[in-house]
Amino acid sequence: MEVHVQPKTRTKMFCGCAVAPLNAPPNTYVCEICLGLPGTLPVANKAAVEACLKTALALNCEIPRHTKFDRKNYMYPDLPKGYQISQYDLPMSVSGHVEVATRKVRIRRVHLEEDTGKLVHAGDKLHKAWESYVDLNRAGVPLMEIVSEPDLRSADEARDYATELRTLLRAIGASEAEMEKGQMRVEPNISIRRAASDELGVKTELKNINSFRALHRAILFEVERQTQVLESGGRVVQETRGWSEAEQRTFSQRSKEFAEDYRYFPEPDLPPLEVEREWIDELRRNLPELPSVRRARLLDHLPAAQVAVIGADRELADLYENAVARGAPALPTANWIVNEVAPTGKLSPPENLAELMKLLHDGAITRDSAREVYVESVETGRTPAEIVAEHGYAQVSDESELRVLAEAVIDANPKAAADYRNGKKQAMQALMADLRKRAPHANPKVANELLLKLLA
Amino acid sequence: MIDDLTELTIKDAARLLRLGSISSADLVTAHVERIERLDPHVKAYLRFTPELWEKQADEADRKIGQGEAPPLAGIPMAVKDVLCVRGVETTAGSQILRGFKPPYTATAVARLFEAGAVMLGVTNCDEFAMGSSTENSGYFPTRNPWDLDRVPGGSSGGSAAAVAAGEAMIALGSDTGGSIRQPAALCGVVGMKPTYGRVSRYGLIAFASSLDQIGPFARTVDDAAITLSLMAGFDPLDATSSDRPGLEVLNSSGGTVKGMRLGVPREYYDVKGIEPGVKAALDAALFILRNAGAEIVDVSLPHTDYGLAAYYIIAPAECSSNLARFDGVRYGLAEVDAPNITDEYMQTRRKGFGTEVRRRVMLGTYALSSGYYDAYYLKAQKVRTLIKRDFDEAFKKCDAIVSATSPTVAFPIGSKTQDPLSMYLCDVLTLGGNLAGLPGISVPCGTSDGLPVGLQVLGPQWGESVVLRVARSYEEASEIRAEVASVV
Repeated sequence: MEVHVQPKTRTKMFCGCAVAPLNAPPNTYVCEICLGLPGTLPVANKAAVEACLKTALALNCEIPRHTKFDRKNYMYPDLPKGYQISQYDLPMSVSGHVEVATRKVRIRRVHLEEDTGKLVHAGDKLHKAWESYVDLNRAGVPLMEIVSEPDLRSADEARDYATELRTLLRAIGASEAEMEKGQMRVEPNISIRRAASDELGVKTELKNINSFRALHRAILFEVERQTQVLESGGRVVQETRGWSEAEQRTFSQRSKEFAEDYRYFPEPDLPPLEVEREWIDELRRNLPELPSVRRARLLDHLPAAQVAVIGADRELADLYENAVARGAPALPTANWIVNEVAPTGKLSPPENLAELMKLLHDGAITRDSAREVYVESVETGRTPAEIVAEHGYAQVSDESELRVLAEAVIDANPKAAADYRNGKKQAMQALMADLRKRAPHANPKVANELLLKLLA
Repeated sequence: MIDDLTELTIKDAARLLRLGSISSADLVTAHVERIERLDPHVKAYLRFTPELWEKQADEADRKIGQGEAPPLAGIPMAVKDVLCVRGVETTAGSQILRGFKPPYTATAVARLFEAGAVMLGVTNCDEFAMGSSTENSGYFPTRNPWDLDRVPGGSSGGSAAAVAAGEAMIALGSDTGGSIRQPAALCGVVGMKPTYGRVSRYGLIAFASSLDQIGPFARTVDDAAITLSLMAGFDPLDATSSDRPGLEVLNSSGGTVKGMRLGVPREYYDVKGIEPGVKAALDAALFILRNAGAEIVDVSLPHTDYGLAAYYIIAPAECSSNLARFDGVRYGLAEVDAPNITDEYMQTRRKGFGTEVRRRVMLGTYALSSGYYDAYYLKAQKVRTLIKRDFDEAFKKCDAIVSATSPTVAFPIGSKTQDPLSMYLCDVLTLGGNLAGLPGISVPCGTSDGLPVGLQVLGPQWGESVVLRVARSYEEASEIRAEVASVV
């Protein structure tokens, strides 16, 4: 897999331009340097180098003392200088690995380069366009390229590898890694082989993949396509294929049988980088706990299903651990985060979540109320206790109060009551539903017990 | 009187300006009048910048009046057409950049503006600084002020000719294989290429990035030294620039060669094709230096023969990449009627680039191609390392190296244009300094058949002060001064 990741930086790779926000008007985040005007020179962005080094460390890579930039030469209208500054034979880092489930995926290299601009074609198809426009906002935006060895064996593993990378990059603060925002671009190289053979077949490279789902589907499609080609006596052609989200298939983009000659040579405008060991040591010391380590710790007291969600996101894991540290009960808190926080992305301060979990756990409020309290607490910043007091969400557990209510429910639902008495246990659900409607804050456990008692 | 003002040195001009005897406006007027009289013959300038010179001369006069004159206040300067100046058409001597007005000023030029220099205009050069005669200009050839039928050298021929003809007091050039020193020699002026990294290349339209350096032309070593010191130093916009010491400008009492060891590389002394008149002038210069107290020692640069070949791989390789941006998409010439983008590129570049530029782009593209990279580019880089080592070894035996700057004096216009290789040989004594990144200067050392000969002094990396010391003591001991050519 070749994964391009945009490191979190304020400015571009080789100039002082701010990194353009998504959908900025064309050519508004450009300067003489990223436009490639004659006489201009690149200067490397230290923050990008640092993000790349952190990524390399998190992926257990070796970081050579000497690294350098090279020019990759080709002419295209989205490439203002006629070459891309990248790294060829002395990348920032080499020979790493990352654990994805039970698979150890070797990382060949992580290097730094600059992004190209973007072409917009008038009309929907390139070959029919009568005019093309160039937007250079992205030209010169830093990119890290993470290249893995051919260790992934299935679409599932490829997707898991990509999500693991995203988790890791976010955990160490190297990148936001939002695929939808183009901050992470995944290009799987796919080849198949006979079950008995060690020899991999001709590979194809897939592009235009915008989500983890698309990655999974594109690989499944491509494996099937290559299988059919071989089984029908054909041969797989080395090429770049694009994934069409609309048609859910891959299509040929560019043959790689006659490899383009990029005429790489060392970038003379940038002196070689001598990466100081002290800097590496400092970055290593300040690296946060890696997701794999944290997951192992979470698995000590949580089921795998919850860990899969919480361990994949640094913010969720932080929330969980901090809330538990403040006295929240472990499993109910984990479930709450999985069901209520992960889908909405609404993060509460851990002390508030801890307070809410304790209220819920002690039966002071109902689960329905807790949801409302949580949302309000996140939106207003007030504590759950304050909100519960103000809205009177406090759960009614008083038996004498609830007995009156239960009797009213039985009176109002004679058929359900009769059904229950005749052995149809599921009739109890209708009675409980009516009770909750009449009194949302009734303690469901106590109310249920009362109903059972009255109907016995 | 007017002509006198065009023959001043910076020091004398500064004194007269501060005394109030002359104004910056007077200096500019004297130079503009001389340009009007002579430049139709010499053709040193491609374009003039009256708006700039008026504004800058006013500013200089105002500051002088307030007693706040910066060191170059009012000094008339010419700028080679490879250095970007904000709002001034800058074309690298090429049709492909016709009409290009950069929105920024090269750091070196900006620093001299800051120091008070007054820009008169943009000087002619070989297209993208590729050439040794200024005949490869995309506009017209410049002529040698000492003999209008001869070339001024190149590629910074316009700047050298402007200073030689009194059409500017100082000028800026760029030197990739000798493009400052060789035209300085052929025009009888002082030209200096600093250590690679001494002057920021920001805003210099690149020919070969690892070899290019900006440097001054002047009529005295002191003027060259002052100009260089004002544009030198680290620039955050050029990662290869540096603040290393070694540029102490000589004060009037400093600068003797007494006790210095000056190395004469035998490979340079006996270089193939060196003219007897040039050798005689060099011998005379060595005699003067010895008399001034220097010890002349024999040194060797054994890989000199391979230098030219290595240079003509590395420089074209870098240029093939540096010139890729001239594609007609964003600026400059654009042949937009082509049926597709590839044809648009080819038509634009075929029309915009001259023969020599196309030849070097093709050479460089070939040298970097897969399958040839190891045999050409990589091999050339190894030779470059050997050449650096040659110099390192030589500088163990001497403080500076002296040689002729060019094997020949100025040659007739058109005499080498049909034979690129003979043109390339013009740089055989200078390009080693670029491959090794060394500082070098050319100072006038007499004439041969009435045409100027240049003495080259090369120093170790960051050793500008050594080079300037030798050049200045030679200038003093020889009593040879760059003269202003009367031309017609």
